[in-house]
Amino acid sequence: MVVFEKPHALCDVPLHYCPGCTHGIVHRLVAEAIDELGIEGSAIGVAPVGCAVMAYDYFNCDMVEAAHGRAPAVATGIKRAKPENIVFTYQGDGDLASIGMAETVHAATRNENITIIFINNAIYGMTGGQMAPTSLPGQVTQTSPYGRDVKTAGFPIKVSELLASLDGPSYIQRVAVNNVKNVKQAKKAIKKAFENQIEGKGFSLIEVVSSCPTNWGMTPQQALDWVEEKMIPYYPLGVYKDKTSEEGE
Amino acid sequence: MSEKVLMKGNEAIAEAAIRAGCRHYFGYPITPQTELAAYMAKRMPKIGGCFLQAESEIAAINMVYGVASTGLRVMTSSSSPGVSLKQEGISYIAGADLPALIVNVQRGGPGLGGIQPSQSDYFQATKGGGHGDYHLIVLAPASVQEMADLTAKCFELADKYRMPSMLLADGTMGQMMEPVLLPEESDVTVEKPWALTGTKMQRGHNIVNSLYLKPEELEKTNFDRFERYKQVEENEVMYEEFMMDDAEVCVVAFGIAARVSKNAVVEARKQGIKAGLLRPITLWPFPSAAVKQAAEHCKGFVSVELSMGQMIEDIKLASDCKCPVELCNRAGGMIPSPEQVLESIKNIAGGKA
Amino acid sequence: MQVKTCRKGIEMPKVTFNEDLCKGCGLCVNACPKQIIELKKDVINKKGHSPAGMTDQSKCIGCAFCATMCPDCVITVEK
Repeated sequence: MVVFEKPHALCDVPLHYCPGCTHGIVHRLVAEAIDELGIEGSAIGVAPVGCAVMAYDYFNCDMVEAAHGRAPAVATGIKRAKPENIVFTYQGDGDLASIGMAETVHAATRNENITIIFINNAIYGMTGGQMAPTSLPGQVTQTSPYGRDVKTAGFPIKVSELLASLDGPSYIQRVAVNNVKNVKQAKKAIKKAFENQIEGKGFSLIEVVSSCPTNWGMTPQQALDWVEEKMIPYYPLGVYKDKTSEEGE
Repeated sequence: MSEKVLMKGNEAIAEAAIRAGCRHYFGYPITPQTELAAYMAKRMPKIGGCFLQAESEIAAINMVYGVASTGLRVMTSSSSPGVSLKQEGISYIAGADLPALIVNVQRGGPGLGGIQPSQSDYFQATKGGGHGDYHLIVLAPASVQEMADLTAKCFELADKYRMPSMLLADGTMGQMMEPVLLPEESDVTVEKPWALTGTKMQRGHNIVNSLYLKPEELEKTNFDRFERYKQVEENEVMYEEFMMDDAEVCVVAFGIAARVSKNAVVEARKQGIKAGLLRPITLWPFPSAAVKQAAEHCKGFVSVELSMGQMIEDIKLASDCKCPVELCNRAGGMIPSPEQVLESIKNIAGGKA
Repeated sequence: MQVKTCRKGIEMPKVTFNEDLCKGCGLCVNACPKQIIELKKDVINKKGHSPAGMTDQSKCIGCAFCATMCPDCVITVEK
């Protein structure tokens, strides 16, 4: 009996991500959730601009490629047009929390019935390692070569906490994929985010604290250790908002 | 049954869009197109449609992109500064070969400009507007009736050629009230096998996209798209000729400028000047052949514009600069008077009468 | 791909690596509680990486931790 294999919702093509990049893990978790809920045939995914820009080649469901940061708006359009379809976006921190913050906040406050998978790896990966809205204080990047100085570059944005302050969104959870236990937790959260949509419960966002070994200048394992030691203390894991139990359909 | 009603131009667009089967509207408040959004806000919920006031023009056009990718008829409307904000999304829609309608009820610019009518977005509308090689089908109404009719036409052409279309009106046209015979409800269904509907596990996944990292592939999409544009240029040019048969002076004007010009042409005829009006209805594709033909028998052209002179370049191109083209313009929200147009007609006619 | 039986006669877990997809990141190596996965230093796959493989299949408990941490769906686990 097969206990673990590539999910069907993930296309049979090699991913272009760097060795040890956790995008691959999260892609798989999304695809597993799609498989288990039997929604591949109705799912429509929205790819971002960033490292995951080619996600449209990786998920077996219908896909659209959005402009940088606009995925929640594109997903809004699709969901309004096709309420019976399951619509999700997959976005990084530059896409979602910098250039696309307005789209994110407003989709959340409208409690748009969509699912957002948000990868927080504290850096711009695709363009070669620049400071992200989520880069940690003191973090050295290409555009913060002396470390992120909060006096000039401001503080990291805690997306889950920020969105949880809104009345609108239904479900906000932060997870990580730095070890087996956390990956399993992340899987549960992602699945719940899709279930919420199926049940018409509204906006769900799962923030996934992830790694970027290449641009952090670490080995893949060192990067996961850094997630544990530096990222998670700044970005505590947990459910930040859950209206799903109070509001049934 | 169609009925004749008195309507504002902006409202006529909205009602015509609904009758053309558009059930999704996304917008952001801006003068002077607000009545359109307000009309949609009132009507859409009553007919099971979607009106959504977006957080920005940028979000609105990307919502349009989302709906367009599912194959449904969808629109947004704005005025000049807002349409500038939409350009990124319009480029993506063009790059992904999606049909959609963008309405621009123009006001004066640049920058925040003013709220009075203008035609100074001609370049932006007809030459692409955003980044990359692309065109929009651009229709320019000159009456409230045409606001309605051309809205329907915009949807039809956008679907037919899989490209975004733009209704380019101006503040006067938007605010003007005229009787209008509303078009019949359309139940046209266009096959859209590329649309995102979910695979239903019965086909491979559809991808709506404008990213091609291999330059030879991207080049091919551009060449293919321009082949389609060629067909549009061959098949879809629309214009109106008024007293052009024996015209010696050809006035070229669209939208509100054409209405003013018509009066000037009539007055010129009274004064013995053989003037005529060529009114482009499609600004892209531009009626180049008609202009070229006019250049064969006219002494010259008068380009009447609510801008610093934008369409005049297309007239010069189409006429191969065979005869003089005089610009008769006002800008910043001002409208040329019939007397001003008549003056220009006289200049071209050579001081006759 | 062979199925071995363990001492108790129960079918042993079978772990297969799609070596061509492996990028040699080593996350599976660290995830394995039995420490029976390592990168095959003497093998270079199509992508130019030393792929991961199992050193002692008989010690495998089929926990799939390796596959859970693999970003590239290299690993299939059967029990």
